[in-house]
Amino acid sequence: MYDFQYHKPASVADAVKLLADPDAKAISGGQTLIPALKHRLNRPTAVVDLSGIAEMKGIRREGNAIVIGALSRHDDVAGSAEVKAAIPALADMAAHIGDTQVRNRGTMGGSISNNDPAADYPAAVVALNATVITSKRRITADEFFQGMFTTALEPDELVIAISFPVPEKAGYAKMRNPASRYVMAGVFVAKTGGEVRVAVNGAAPCVFRQGEMEAALGANWSAEAVGGIKQDATDLNGDIHGSAEYRAHLVTVMAKRAVAAAG
Amino acid sequence: MNDVVPFEGIGASVRRKEDFRFLRGRGAYTADFNRQGQLHAWILRSPHAHARIRSVDVAATTGMPGVVTVFTGADMAKDNLGGLPCGWQIHNKDGSPMAEPPHAVIAHDKVRHVGDPVAVAIAATRDQARDAAEAIVVDYDVLPAAATLEAALKPGAPEVHGGVAGNLCYDWHIGDKTVLDAAFAKAHKIVSLDLVNNRLIPNAMEPRAALGEYDPTTGDYTLHTTSQNPHVIRLLMGANVLHIPESKLRVVAPDVGGGFGSKIYHYAEEAIVTWSAGKLGRPVKWTADRTESFMSDAHGRDHVSKADLALDANGTILGLKVHTYANMGAYLSTFAPCVPTYLYATLLAGTYITPVIYAEVKAVFTNTVPVDAYRGAGRPEATFLLERLMDVAALESGIDRVELRRRNFIQPDQFPYQTPVALQYDSGNYQATLDQALAAADWAGFESRRAEAAKRGKLRGIGCSTYLEACGIAPSAVVGSLGARAGLYEVGTIRVHPTGSVTVLTGAHSHGQGHETTFAQLVADKLGVPVAQVDIVHGDTAKVPFGMGTYGSRSLAVGGSAMMKAMDKVIAKGKRIAAHLMEASVDDIEFERGTFRVAGTDKTKALVDISVAAYVPHNYPIDEIEPGLEETAFYDPKNFTYPGGCHIAEVEIDPETGKVSMVNFTAVDDVGRVINPMIVEGQVQGGIAQGIGQALLETCVYDADGQLLSGSMMDYTMPRADDLAPVSVATHTTLCTHNPLGVKGCGEVGAIGSPPAVINAVVDALRDFKVRTLDMPATPAKIWGIINGGRAMAAE
Ligand SMILES: Cc1cc2nc3c(=O)[nH]c(=O)nc-3n(C[C@H](O)[C@H](O)[C@H](O)COP(=O)(O)OP(=O)(O)OC[C@H]3O[C@@H](n4cnc5c(N)ncnc54)[C@H](O)[C@@H]3O)c2cc1C
Repeated sequence: MYDFQYHKPASVADAVKLLADPDAKAISGGQTLIPALKHRLNRPTAVVDLSGIAEMKGIRREGNAIVIGALSRHDDVAGSAEVKAAIPALADMAAHIGDTQVRNRGTMGGSISNNDPAADYPAAVVALNATVITSKRRITADEFFQGMFTTALEPDELVIAISFPVPEKAGYAKMRNPASRYVMAGVFVAKTGGEVRVAVNGAAPCVFRQGEMEAALGANWSAEAVGGIKQDATDLNGDIHGSAEYRAHLVTVMAKRAVAAAG
Repeated sequence: MNDVVPFEGIGASVRRKEDFRFLRGRGAYTADFNRQGQLHAWILRSPHAHARIRSVDVAATTGMPGVVTVFTGADMAKDNLGGLPCGWQIHNKDGSPMAEPPHAVIAHDKVRHVGDPVAVAIAATRDQARDAAEAIVVDYDVLPAAATLEAALKPGAPEVHGGVAGNLCYDWHIGDKTVLDAAFAKAHKIVSLDLVNNRLIPNAMEPRAALGEYDPTTGDYTLHTTSQNPHVIRLLMGANVLHIPESKLRVVAPDVGGGFGSKIYHYAEEAIVTWSAGKLGRPVKWTADRTESFMSDAHGRDHVSKADLALDANGTILGLKVHTYANMGAYLSTFAPCVPTYLYATLLAGTYITPVIYAEVKAVFTNTVPVDAYRGAGRPEATFLLERLMDVAALESGIDRVELRRRNFIQPDQFPYQTPVALQYDSGNYQATLDQALAAADWAGFESRRAEAAKRGKLRGIGCSTYLEACGIAPSAVVGSLGARAGLYEVGTIRVHPTGSVTVLTGAHSHGQGHETTFAQLVADKLGVPVAQVDIVHGDTAKVPFGMGTYGSRSLAVGGSAMMKAMDKVIAKGKRIAAHLMEASVDDIEFERGTFRVAGTDKTKALVDISVAAYVPHNYPIDEIEPGLEETAFYDPKNFTYPGGCHIAEVEIDPETGKVSMVNFTAVDDVGRVINPMIVEGQVQGGIAQGIGQALLETCVYDADGQLLSGSMMDYTMPRADDLAPVSVATHTTLCTHNPLGVKGCGEVGAIGSPPAVINAVVDALRDFKVRTLDMPATPAKIWGIINGGRAMAAE
């Protein structure tokens, strides 16, 4: 780890000011940033610790949406009575991210800002058509995730909360990478206000929507409806753990399982 | 009031004494030692698999905060230091010695693998040393790499070492080819199989570390290091590398957090910190991070083999022919050459009567981390080959796989049994371990479990391996004739203190095995001293006589035997003292568990009476017996020991994802006499975890340029608790006939017996797909490929 300045602001406004320095970095749970610092892959001038900012905490129901503060840890989401009641698939997803230590530190804001192709939450955010509330604006899920480790966030822009409309049905299934246990291929299916959305994570450089499956499920919400749909392997990830073809195949399998889980 | 002392001797599951400090975080590992004025070393490592070093420019490090110096390979060469030595010389078929190219401590002409040290930066803190290392500019002329066995063997492949033609370290063989050819000519059936034994990265929990110290007033060097055998390190480093007399070099291996073989070898970093401490007159410490461990700890396995088994019409084995390429990596690690030869090919008879065996092994240099012994070392490779071959032979000859094994087993009354590949097994009962395991695993009831799984959409399979291993490698004279440059005896000192407590000095080293408990139980059993009053000292060349350390499941069979011999000497002397005190003839003195008795009388003396008399010799036959009660014995084994047994794995495959889940694992092992059943169970379970890891999860992958793709836990799949199955471990004992304890060793059986059992189970689960060759690890993607290919083929 290289030396850096450490700040712990108490408000979003103060944090944003500190992040005006383009070489400063925000830190939430540190589950991604700290390993990167330890490996000297990152050399920030300052680390801005968000953990003292009350505006970014808490999980609450607002009308027909669940609003989750960016600093909510995976374990908070997994254990939240509101989330479990309204979007059990999301609580379940959170309960199966990483391991106990990771779930006790890692945050939803950190995870979606990082937009690791193999992360869990991006699929939920896209499939549930959530809105990302930032220090500057509201960003729709479809606009937010732009590519591998890339989001619509500007350098000094912070995720404050994520607002999830409550769906009629939602389900998630994933195949884990045997080594890292991150997502190798995952599918989140949701039906919200009659609209079906299917988001795929892990398989490609960035979370994406599976249009063919959305149409099929829109017509017939059943595992059989997606069971015959083949994901095109072009542009999917391939590595020592599995080829693009294998991941493409897993997308169909996980889609079936996600629909079955959604009920 | 409870004054009944629970039995703590041989056979008692005494809780591990050492766990009181380990579980409370009070162990003292090398990284925990810090010295006044200590400096930190950071090793700059090659990012290339193969490159010529044009220059190393350290100018930018001058004046950096905290930086003391940077040493390069050229600096080391100026001091006329030796290279890292190899401890075993193999001879080629034609009698010439193997190629043994030099292994510089710090590379100075060429780098030969990613991670090869090119310079060491030394500074006040580890971060400052790392900053300095990053400021060093190395000008590399990058060369094409020979990154895999296949690439290194291609005509025109890059030469890892100039002058080593075809990258061939040696071309060795064992057995009689003429006799073999004759046997094959008469065969009813020849079953052939190609096998890959996947390369593994050991990953001990504690990364390696080393702390070198030098006292200019005395000229004494001290090295604390994460080693399984401190005396061997002292010998190799002192005599071969740094030219320091042993009297001036102390090597301490304190608590060590796992080794699995990877901490047997003498590593560059040990020499670097010791030499640097001498140059600078200040202690120098190096601690690896996990990334460095991946690219600098010796790896394991990495064989490519072809095997042919000749059978008659009844399925009786007529002969076995094996051809193996073994990857040595870029340099010869300390014991690398013996692993694919004497620890591998000599095991190819397994538990079967095989009239003739011929094996050829070609060891090959590649631009990868050196490969050496890893838990099991050679024996897992042999076992995997043989036990896979037996399953394929059964399938292809239409004989049940258990029956085929039974037909070929060495019978219980055939011991001692001489194999055609040098070893003579002293004892065993393979039928008994098989029967016990089949019953425990409910082998007979498997088909109904398979049918039930099929209803759930799962493919269920069962597989067994009836393995054999050889451990406690010995005798010294024999291994010497086979090329070992070391003896393989062990030493034990029994120091009975004046008031009857005991300190044991042993040359064995515990890095997770529980020696402090097991060895204390030997003393409790024989001398009647409570375990709590027996202290085991190991891992310090300043305290312990010259011993050989711990590897190859040798500690109890060899080290324990030395202690037994030393205790015999203590008892013999004690009897003479007791005879004097009780005014009896020595011949009339009997000893049992702490009590000396005049035979046929109630006259007794306790051990403490004898020790007091020995150290306070007031009433003592001083002209006939020396004072004191301390004895040392060196024990050189007469033979290897031969644990063996049966492992049965049961798996379920999710055909949609290809994921294999372990559902059950049964082990029945013959490890000889069991001293502490709880510790044996733990050792076997740990070995099985590593075996399942090899079979289903772990593999080291280099790309064509020699970059390590599986270079961290993100890509190298270590087994986790939920990857394992409920493991049932039982023992069935036949005693070793040639050591005083009748013990055989239990440290490696788990890793040796389990991989083929798991793969045989996976192949069984995939029966409908007619799988013949299945290389480890059986990852989901690989299994899905088989299932998918199988389906596609079926559709054609
Ligand atoms: C062993 C291990 C296993 C894991 N397994 C999984 C897994 O299976 N699935 C999975 O999804 N994840 C996994 N993770 C990642 C984990 O979920 C992290 O929590 C997550 O990726 C980052 O969240 P964080 O709060 O730790 O972010 P940090 O590490 O603190 O920050 C990550 C990045 O986001 C930025 N950032 C943080 N907060 C904000 C914010 N509010 N607004 C804008 N930018 C911000 C930071 O500047 C940084 O660049 C794993 C991590 C580890 C260490």
